[in-house]
Amino acid sequence: MYRIVRKKVLNPTVIQIEVEAPLIARKARPGQFIILRVDEDGERIPLTVAGVDPAEGTVKVIFQVVGATTEALRHKEAGDFLQDFAGPLGVPTHTEGIKNVCVIGGGVGCAIAMPVAQEFHRLGARVTSVIGFRSKDLLILEDEFRACSDRLEVMTDDGSYGRHGNVTVPLKEMLENGEKFDMIITIGPLIMMKFVVAAARPFGVPVTVSMNPIMIDGTGMCGGCRITLVQDGKRVTRFACVDGPDFNGYEIDFDEAMSRSRMYFPFERHAYEETCNLFRNA
Amino acid sequence: MAVNREKHPMPTQAPEVRAHNFNEVALGYTAEIAVEEAARCLNCRNRPCVNGCPVNIDIPDFILQVRKGEFEKAYQVITRSSSLPAVCGRVCPQETQCESQCTLHVRAKMDPVGIGRLERFVADWHNANVSAAPEKPVPNGHKVAVVGAGPSGLTCAGDLAKAGCSVTVYEALHTAGGVLVYGIPEFRLPKAIVAKEVETLKALGVDVETNVIIGKTLTVDELFSIGFEAVFIGSGAGLPNFMNIPGESCKGVYSANEFLTRSNLMKAYRDDSATPIMKGGRVAVVGGGNVAMDAARTALRLGAEKVYIIYRRSMEELPARREEVEHAQEEGIDFRLLCNPTEIIGFNNPDDPRDAKNGFVTGIRCVRMALGEPDASGRRRPVVIEGSDFQLDVDTVVMAIGTSPNPLIKSTTQGLEVNRHGGIIVNEDGLTSRENVYAGGDAVTGAATVISAMGAGKTAARAILEALKNKG
Repeated sequence: MYRIVRKKVLNPTVIQIEVEAPLIARKARPGQFIILRVDEDGERIPLTVAGVDPAEGTVKVIFQVVGATTEALRHKEAGDFLQDFAGPLGVPTHTEGIKNVCVIGGGVGCAIAMPVAQEFHRLGARVTSVIGFRSKDLLILEDEFRACSDRLEVMTDDGSYGRHGNVTVPLKEMLENGEKFDMIITIGPLIMMKFVVAAARPFGVPVTVSMNPIMIDGTGMCGGCRITLVQDGKRVTRFACVDGPDFNGYEIDFDEAMSRSRMYFPFERHAYEETCNLFRNA
Repeated sequence: MAVNREKHPMPTQAPEVRAHNFNEVALGYTAEIAVEEAARCLNCRNRPCVNGCPVNIDIPDFILQVRKGEFEKAYQVITRSSSLPAVCGRVCPQETQCESQCTLHVRAKMDPVGIGRLERFVADWHNANVSAAPEKPVPNGHKVAVVGAGPSGLTCAGDLAKAGCSVTVYEALHTAGGVLVYGIPEFRLPKAIVAKEVETLKALGVDVETNVIIGKTLTVDELFSIGFEAVFIGSGAGLPNFMNIPGESCKGVYSANEFLTRSNLMKAYRDDSATPIMKGGRVAVVGGGNVAMDAARTALRLGAEKVYIIYRRSMEELPARREEVEHAQEEGIDFRLLCNPTEIIGFNNPDDPRDAKNGFVTGIRCVRMALGEPDASGRRRPVVIEGSDFQLDVDTVVMAIGTSPNPLIKSTTQGLEVNRHGGIIVNEDGLTSRENVYAGGDAVTGAATVISAMGAGKTAARAILEALKNKG
């Protein structure tokens, strides 16, 4: 069992918890993830590590309430225990030789982008961050990004905070103004990452995307997290849990990944409605 | 008294009943049947069956005890060699191992003695009637780490613990058992039996640490630095193989590992489970091994109206355990032999790219095969019959065509040599290219049987004990 040490509500559906897991706290690098189960018989869900405190032996994860399991997790408080917490899994984000980086996060993806931006900042790279949300009330981690970024653009789809528009607007501006990034790293909804890749393509800037497909074991056993890359015109299968979660954005078959991510939508909707009081009381 | 030519049949649930539940198919011998079956054993002098057993159980001895009604004594004979008798009695391919060597079978062309069924009976009788904890061994002062709580790791851990070693087993998943819990379904191997075997090991003093991924949470080198003197790697099968045909990324295509893990480990077969799985409809399982049989019969029990096995060779080459094939046939699984998939068809509404049905499987295209000359494996090579294409309408496809070893340990352990398939290279003692690091099971061989993994765990345990003794 793994104790929740602290809990912080970042916005109405996004919550940060810090969990006692000393072995993982010593090992986890930015870009890696853990798998947790809330209780016995629960689902295994992957969550990206948002930070660690090796001295305290805690691991920080940030999650959005989207289904039955995250709804159950929302109700756990500091002092409560999680059934299982395993990791760190996946390959850490590649940072070597990158001196000028653009980190682009969308929605709860910013929770994954943040430790990456912090790591580049720590390594002395020039960090430009672009974070986007649907509206002001969903904004998270602005202060954290400001602290580790040489330049920060905050975007909202409805213009209720920061600049009006999506994350590709400032990206295109910067690229058109001759900004030479060594790497663009983008983490967020698949459709957003697809458009970031499209915006960067004319400028030939490398793009790393962080994939978050459906996963079960997370250790390279089930193959459910497979994604298709197109390399030199050839389609190859890769597994996000052991080969990723970071991939070359130009090689990803986004349409297939989007289709696969919707496999269990009806089931998840039903499960969420069973768990959520809002629906149960209705 | 003449020996009965046929072995006593295994009582089972009726096919039409069991096809709709997850309870165990085989019900086990009663004490009366077991004693009668044991009486068929000639107790012959050269004991060929023992050599047919990968862990060399003293088979004639335990059968003699059964014949005398001394079931607990029989159990003690078996556990001298095997740490998991209730498991092996259920999942070993006895027809190609001990029973294939039985004198009744080889010399007299009769059914062999039902060794597997008797082993199962003895283990179940013990579990139901004896609750005494095993005696704690005298500590020998040595510490050994075991990676993976599957058949090879548990066997290795059991043998080391019995010799007095302090053993810690590290398991990546949340439950110990490996393939016995994520892969083999409840109806073939009830999970309570696996849990019981793990409890028996714990009673011997074995420490099982779940949620620790060796290669990630801790490396092999760190295990040595925290005081372990030897490490056994039994990390098991890894990434599933796919055929690399069009359509394998459609929704509704599973690897057998994923399909079975969802149903078994994550309990999707229960109505109250939080785990989604495609249920019902029409299912094609590609492959002919035990895993394919397990997937097909699981699909049936989840409510499928039609389940096909698609296998590219003929019934004779089908590698699954004979009893599983017979059970699958009785339950109504449709075997499409000498067939090979060429493409999986996904739904595509050309007028509406947002149609929710887009990308879901609607069918599988296959070609018929004929058997040609024997290939390197000695089996006749299947060749495509041109122009024989046909399509089966299905909405779920399960690929059960093998796995390649787990990549996490080799990628984080310097100096650990692997072969071109990714299997860890070991010598006859299970020793790897790294000093004091041993390995066995699917991590070495690629997908194989539970008992061969157990045999490897046993061999390595013996070698580790020898090495520790020489070290003093």
